[in-house]
Amino acid sequence: MAAHSLSPSLNRLLFAGKYASLHSRCCAVHSRVQYSTVYNPSEKTFDKILIANRGEIACRVMKTCKKMGIQTVAVHSEVDSSAVHVKMADEAVCVGPAPTNKSYLNMDAIMDAIRATGAQAVHPGYGFLSENKEFAKRLAAEGVTFIGPDTQAIQAMGDKIESKLIAKAAKVNTIPGFDGVVKTAEEAVKIAQDIGYPVMIKASAGGGGKGMRIAWNDEETREGFRFSSQEAASSFGDDRLLIEKYIDNPRHIEIQVLADKHGNALWLNERECSIQRRNQKVVEEAPSTFLDPVTRQAMGEQAVQLARAVQYSSAGTVEFLVDSKKNFYFLEMNTRLQVEHPITECITGLDLVEQMIRVAKGYQLQHKQQDIPINGWAIETRVYAEDPYKSFGLPSIGWLSQYQEPLNLSNVRVDSGIQEGSDISIYYDPMISKLVTYGATRGEALARMEEALDNYVIRGVTHNIPLLREIITHPRFISGDINTNFLPEVYPEGFKGHQLEEDKRRELVASAVALHITAQLRSQKVLGNLRVSSTPVECNHWELCVELGERRHVADVTKSGNIYTVEVDGNKVEISGEWNLASPLLPLRINGKHRMLQCLSRDISGKIVLQYLGTSFKLRVLSKLAAELNSYMPEKVAEDTSSILRSPMPGTVVAVSVKPGDTVAEGQEICVIEAMKMQNSLTAVKQAKVKSVHCKPGETVGEGDLLIELE
Amino acid sequence: MMAAFRLAHGSCGLINGLRISFRTLSQVKHGAVAASSVRQTNLQRACRWYSVSHLSVKERIDKKRKAALVGGGQNRIDAQHKRGKLTARERVELLLDPDSFVESDMFVEHSCSDFGMEQDSNKFPGDSVVTGRGRINGRLVYVFSQDFTVFGGSLSGAHAQKICKIMDQAMMVGAPVIGLNDSGGARIQEGVESLAGYADIFLRNVMASGVVPQISLIMGPCAGGAVYSPALTDFTFMVKDTSYLYMFKDYKILSSGYEKVSHVLFSGVAHHAFENDVEALLNLREFFNFLPLSNQDPAPIRECHDDSDRLVPSLDTIVPLESTKAYDMLNIIQAVVDEREFFEIMPNYAKNIVVGFARMNGRTVGIVGNQPKVASGCLDINSSVKGARFVRFCDAFNIPIITFVDVPGFLPGTAQEYGGIIRHGAKLLFAFAEATVPKITIITRKAYGGAYDVMSSKHLRGDVNYAWPTAEVAVMGAKGAVQIIFRGKENQAEAEAEYVEKFANPFPAAVRGFVDDIIEPSTTRRRICRDLEVLASKKQVNPWKKHANIPL
Repeated sequence: MAAHSLSPSLNRLLFAGKYASLHSRCCAVHSRVQYSTVYNPSEKTFDKILIANRGEIACRVMKTCKKMGIQTVAVHSEVDSSAVHVKMADEAVCVGPAPTNKSYLNMDAIMDAIRATGAQAVHPGYGFLSENKEFAKRLAAEGVTFIGPDTQAIQAMGDKIESKLIAKAAKVNTIPGFDGVVKTAEEAVKIAQDIGYPVMIKASAGGGGKGMRIAWNDEETREGFRFSSQEAASSFGDDRLLIEKYIDNPRHIEIQVLADKHGNALWLNERECSIQRRNQKVVEEAPSTFLDPVTRQAMGEQAVQLARAVQYSSAGTVEFLVDSKKNFYFLEMNTRLQVEHPITECITGLDLVEQMIRVAKGYQLQHKQQDIPINGWAIETRVYAEDPYKSFGLPSIGWLSQYQEPLNLSNVRVDSGIQEGSDISIYYDPMISKLVTYGATRGEALARMEEALDNYVIRGVTHNIPLLREIITHPRFISGDINTNFLPEVYPEGFKGHQLEEDKRRELVASAVALHITAQLRSQKVLGNLRVSSTPVECNHWELCVELGERRHVADVTKSGNIYTVEVDGNKVEISGEWNLASPLLPLRINGKHRMLQCLSRDISGKIVLQYLGTSFKLRVLSKLAAELNSYMPEKVAEDTSSILRSPMPGTVVAVSVKPGDTVAEGQEICVIEAMKMQNSLTAVKQAKVKSVHCKPGETVGEGDLLIELE
Repeated sequence: MMAAFRLAHGSCGLINGLRISFRTLSQVKHGAVAASSVRQTNLQRACRWYSVSHLSVKERIDKKRKAALVGGGQNRIDAQHKRGKLTARERVELLLDPDSFVESDMFVEHSCSDFGMEQDSNKFPGDSVVTGRGRINGRLVYVFSQDFTVFGGSLSGAHAQKICKIMDQAMMVGAPVIGLNDSGGARIQEGVESLAGYADIFLRNVMASGVVPQISLIMGPCAGGAVYSPALTDFTFMVKDTSYLYMFKDYKILSSGYEKVSHVLFSGVAHHAFENDVEALLNLREFFNFLPLSNQDPAPIRECHDDSDRLVPSLDTIVPLESTKAYDMLNIIQAVVDEREFFEIMPNYAKNIVVGFARMNGRTVGIVGNQPKVASGCLDINSSVKGARFVRFCDAFNIPIITFVDVPGFLPGTAQEYGGIIRHGAKLLFAFAEATVPKITIITRKAYGGAYDVMSSKHLRGDVNYAWPTAEVAVMGAKGAVQIIFRGKENQAEAEAEYVEKFANPFPAAVRGFVDDIIEPSTTRRRICRDLEVLASKKQVNPWKKHANIPL
């Protein structure tokens, strides 16, 4: 295991006297998911709850319902009829066909399901109808409890502009800025000085980061003013300028709040969610390495102020951007249970779903602010069915032929809604699970996460474990030096998988060799009485050649008992293991150290795919003779990929912009594929004439399907 | 002018650039090849060989052995390599366990004395084939490997006799024969001698059929009459891009080079195609491990690391609820068998049926399954023949047969009728019915009509027949049945629902004992493993007959 260095501030934080009393309690929170609060069975809530969601969050809510003795009703689409959340529920109602707007967003069908089953309350989970005020209203109209905040709070926080105004009024820090006509450079400088450097200047009409200039002092402000006002006038014909506080190295840190209908509100500490790709969180942790107790308290108190300002009840999340100087600014408030809520549960011991249900029934909060601890550290990685080698993750689909969660490890929590044999379809979010680990320290939690990722068996779909494992073992991540641009900064060329160092490379080669020989020796073990006796090759020394990537290695192997000594390019590696050839997991001791590898595929002709340090590597193990003879084998000519366009992912064709005979320019859009609600524009890689079109709008395509051929 | 001959011509040019006139040979019969490298001999050297026998016998033995090892010489070996092919000996070495090859007839030379063939320089110790026995993972096997570097691997009388010799011994001992084919055809200089040679081999192929497994790996040309030897063997594998197998070749195509006949895709002649020689040989080693040595041996049992009691939860949800939706039968097969290892036979031909070898608790089994992903898994001419041949191989060699059924019936259409679906469909029926090995059948979903009967049903002496809860055993699907039973009835939908309620489930078959049990799909592996344990001692004998008369 890599050494995890904790930053001094973090150490101070962890061992600060304030939390010392909580350490003893944290030790009790080992092994399984345990909540420190004990459910009180005499406190009656609901008899039956309908969960208007699917997947892991539906399962998560049902777990708490079961604990509280509440009957559960699942809703599902046609394709989800044998999904885990359906099996887990006491009752299940089909609410429509696969597309979400016809099933999980189909309010009429869900209202019917509520009536038919007599559910008294609805938990919406996240996404779908969770922040839909219309849905909340319809429930209220029928006297069904919505397990979430009141309609007006959803409405107030649902509007980006209104929520900022409310936040400002509630004395919550918002990003200071000025939007309007700025006449002179000096006026711009004054505004900038009022806001405080650094500031960002751009034309109001320009969308996104277009034409954005960052000024760190007066001089740069003047310059930025000149450029931006010229651009505003010439490009947009609108000379308004936006001058706003520039957040350098922004971190996304959010505060979990919990409020009841009696005006009590608590902040349940922060979650650090800076590791994102395309504005979607990938790795989260609680607490943050970056916050000191003072900042934490300030953020927490502001979050509670905002919650009170909108008479918030239930669980909610106030998101902040935090700059490198620990200035924090309100971003938005999510009026629902967040995906990443488990890490807060791990460090506080609260069952948030239970609290939501209690609050919805009208009970007062059981806790006071000083009761809310930070017990140890929790990390969450989101395991997705997606290919991390394509823009940090493009969705993948498939049938989970093998699936094994690392629950044999202690301090691991897996929130999932799928099982072996489940289908990951194009209709829904491709999340496989939320993998949560915790420990007394961040180092402990990270080490456990590494182990858990290595032990996680997923076959049948491409997944992002290679990326997750790289992130959590990256020195910058370990030191806590992260921001929302972490991925593009660390992998400017895109993610390429684990880069093997020489010693790790040798370990991998030696493991493949040992596995290959084990399989070979097993091939000789024919049981039973044989009419013609078998004469196995008595051998305990082999010379093999191994191809890994572009390189070839020579391996000299000797075996004694279960121990292989493999000399790879002259360096000895000792490998032992149990060598179960049926198991997807390959627990090995390499030079005395435990390593969990996974065998993804293996055939007797020596092609072996191993997952090592999270990344899968293709190897070819050949005897010296076979390697020699293999050199005579002709290279097969690879398909010329510049004239064909294949679908990079499974999805639906939304538009085809060319027809046979058209001439396309390099970079011109050819067609658009939608997958998991993401539209992906596919472009020509060269100028050419379109030879043939193999898809049409509305068609479902698989990964690698031929779409367009160019001449 | 024959195809095979062209090949020899072309390759010769490649090999040594010798100028050879083919004019005199251009009238040879189809499928034959000229010994294209008859050399102008160096008289002096020949004289010395005979006159100066200062070499001791031992030296002469060594010299011959050395000569045998290089076949047609280094130049031709290089040419063979340049073509992406290995030499006959390299192939044998890679196929067999290290140092296990015991060669026979290394000193055999051809006996032709016409067209200058009697010249010493036209004699190659061992002639154009390497033969012998060896071991694959310790298990005995007989091998011949045709040597393209000697007269283009052409078949001489001597060449044929060498092959016959090991085949005879293989049958007496009871061990498989593997042929590595790389031959331009008959040796034209030998005339009828060569044709007789072929026939001798064909006869032995037929005699050995069902006695010892015979495997052909086509690693170069195999043309004309020569194709019948592989065609008579149990399995024919090919190497992509470098192997050819054909009867006739159009002149025009000839002149512009070879057209690849895809036996793998279209004709059903080849059972598998591999990327190159090395891959093919390594895979052949793996394949060999599934087979018993002869019909006297039970299916081999390999040490197994996969728990025979393992539950397979993924199977509980694999069959889609809508009975019109497809799923991949390979997913079921891989999930059930040991270590997900399935050696599929003919994976690219008649894909509506899946056949291949796997192991259950270490024991080799033959798997037959309808593939709902392709043509709904219906039976047609090609899939019936593919299935029938596989089932008969398994039965001949004591390999239990596991059948996964999801079949909506036979493919309708005039093309099928004219093509003889009745005759060909009968082959599969015949094969399942006559098989006496343990037969276990799992109906995963549809088992409709006559196709239900055919697919190793209880009525054809299935030993254990299971149905999954999703099974529907019926004469036909609901829609068609309702149109007949309730013709003219107003409410067809209601009638359909009634039919589905009655027949689209496993009960009608279960109450009659046509399936032995309705099982949870996740327990399938466990059930099969236990049944096979019991059925290992199954004894069943068909009535005495000279041989059955399977419809052909």
